Amino acid sequence: MTGQNRHTPYHPRWYRRRVSVWWWLQSWPYAKFVLRELTSLFVAYYALVTLWKLRALAAGPQAYAGFLERMRSPLLIVLNSVALIFVLFHSITWFNLAPKAMVVRLAGRRLPDWAVQSANYLAWAIVSGVIVWVLRRG
Amino acid sequence: MRKGITPLLWALFSAGGTVAALFYPIHLFLTGVAFPLGWVNPPRHETVLHWLRQPLFKIYFFVLISLPLFHWAHRFRYTLYDGLQIKHLTVLIVVLCYGSALLGTCLAAYTLWSIH
Amino acid sequence: MAETITLSVARYRPEIEPEPAFQDYRVPYRKDWVVLDALNYIKDNLDGSLSFRWSCRMGVCGSCGMMVNGTPKLTCAAFLSDYLPGPIRVEPLQYFPVVRDLVVDISDFLRKLHKVKPWIEREEEKPLAEGEYRQTPEQLDRYKQFSMCINCLLCYAACPIYGLEGSFVGPAAIALAQRYNLDSRDQGSRDRMETLSEQGGMWECTFVGECTKVCPKKVDPAGAIQQYKVATATQWFKSLLMPWGSK
Ligand code: SF4
Ligand code: FES
Repeated sequence: MTGQNRHTPYHPRWYRRRVSVWWWLQSWPYAKFVLRELTSLFVAYYALVTLWKLRALAAGPQAYAGFLERMRSPLLIVLNSVALIFVLFHSITWFNLAPKAMVVRLAGRRLPDWAVQSANYLAWAIVSGVIVWVLRRG
Repeated sequence: MRKGITPLLWALFSAGGTVAALFYPIHLFLTGVAFPLGWVNPPRHETVLHWLRQPLFKIYFFVLISLPLFHWAHRFRYTLYDGLQIKHLTVLIVVLCYGSALLGTCLAAYTLWSIH
Repeated sequence: MAETITLSVARYRPEIEPEPAFQDYRVPYRKDWVVLDALNYIKDNLDGSLSFRWSCRMGVCGSCGMMVNGTPKLTCAAFLSDYLPGPIRVEPLQYFPVVRDLVVDISDFLRKLHKVKPWIEREEEKPLAEGEYRQTPEQLDRYKQFSMCINCLLCYAACPIYGLEGSFVGPAAIALAQRYNLDSRDQGSRDRMETLSEQGGMWECTFVGECTKVCPKKVDPAGAIQQYKVATATQWFKSLLMPWGSK
């Protein structure tokens, strides 16, 4: 928009800057935001792995063994580790931001953020514990 | 009053995000790292099949796949908008994102249904 | 005392330069000076042509917001001592059109603010004889945080979505909508919800969260928007389940 019309006293020429495609590299918080958003790719990836596992299970013991064998490939182990880091990042950012969206009021006062966050982390620990327990019990 | 289904898509995004945050790290750690490296023994085929015959487990796995897929669809849609500034491709992006999530959901339902 | 610090100030004089350029000024460094003091020193002693806005010098009027080293700040609350050894980069608030030097045009915000009806809406006013609308401390507490906004627009300058999506109503305006929604005397929440459900409304927000970090008044606009989304989604399900009982 700049450069086209000349400045005159009664037609001031304002300067507008277009946001660059690389805006998210402009600052660390922006980059962290984009990384947080990209965790969704790894969430989808694991959803697909789960689907794949279910289909193998449904197809019979051999397919299931095949699935487990495939997961042992170094490439997939590396990919899964990276995915794990991203998914953990998702969990942590999700729980930390939760109290912003969820206002819990008790006895007329708003519960402090740390209380809501602790409840979330506690739930996370319990859920993980139960899953391991079910697995161990067989 | 409320036109459109944006609130529904956002609710699915939120629910899926919560499911993924609570359930995914441990599952991914077990299936993706601990089983393959032999730190923990994976459950045997009969065991899992036995689980999956119970409706509760069917529902669990359905939710475990479907909701996070919708979480991805919504979040990724906006990442594409903001990160690449391609909002003019809205229709294509919307169909691809939510369409894939829907497809995955149907596939999960069908697979779980076929196990008995 | 010969101690000085350099301020790198963005200049834009539309009758001279086609786009902003930086100009360096050396000002005395004083421990108790804020960036605004340094700018006033420049204006009084070095270069009277420098333009910027300010008024209260105490974080109340909200007119002195600028980018200081790339972060939106109230310059009357940004101490030089936090930016040693300098130079300190001072620019106009990001994402707003620049009128001159450090002065930006905020009419876009004012237009959007008006859209959300930031005042108490009544379907019917109580007759005067019935007295004032009373409120308990608890009712006040529900919206008080959101009422602290001074319209400094730091949150807009922190929000990449506002920069990318010109139609976005933006953090402060949505927080102010929420301020009235949560006011027990107000009856305009349906109206506002409809306005903010449209394109450019609350759904543009992807919870970057920077608005809340830069807000000098702890308004937490990011929280306000997410709470608004929760309320709107809840309403959506309610009207789906009970289409007749639309409250
Ligand atoms: S919400 Fe905070 S940052 Fe935004 S205009 Fe109001 S006081 Fe300023
Ligand atoms: S001069 Fe009033 S807020 Fe800074």
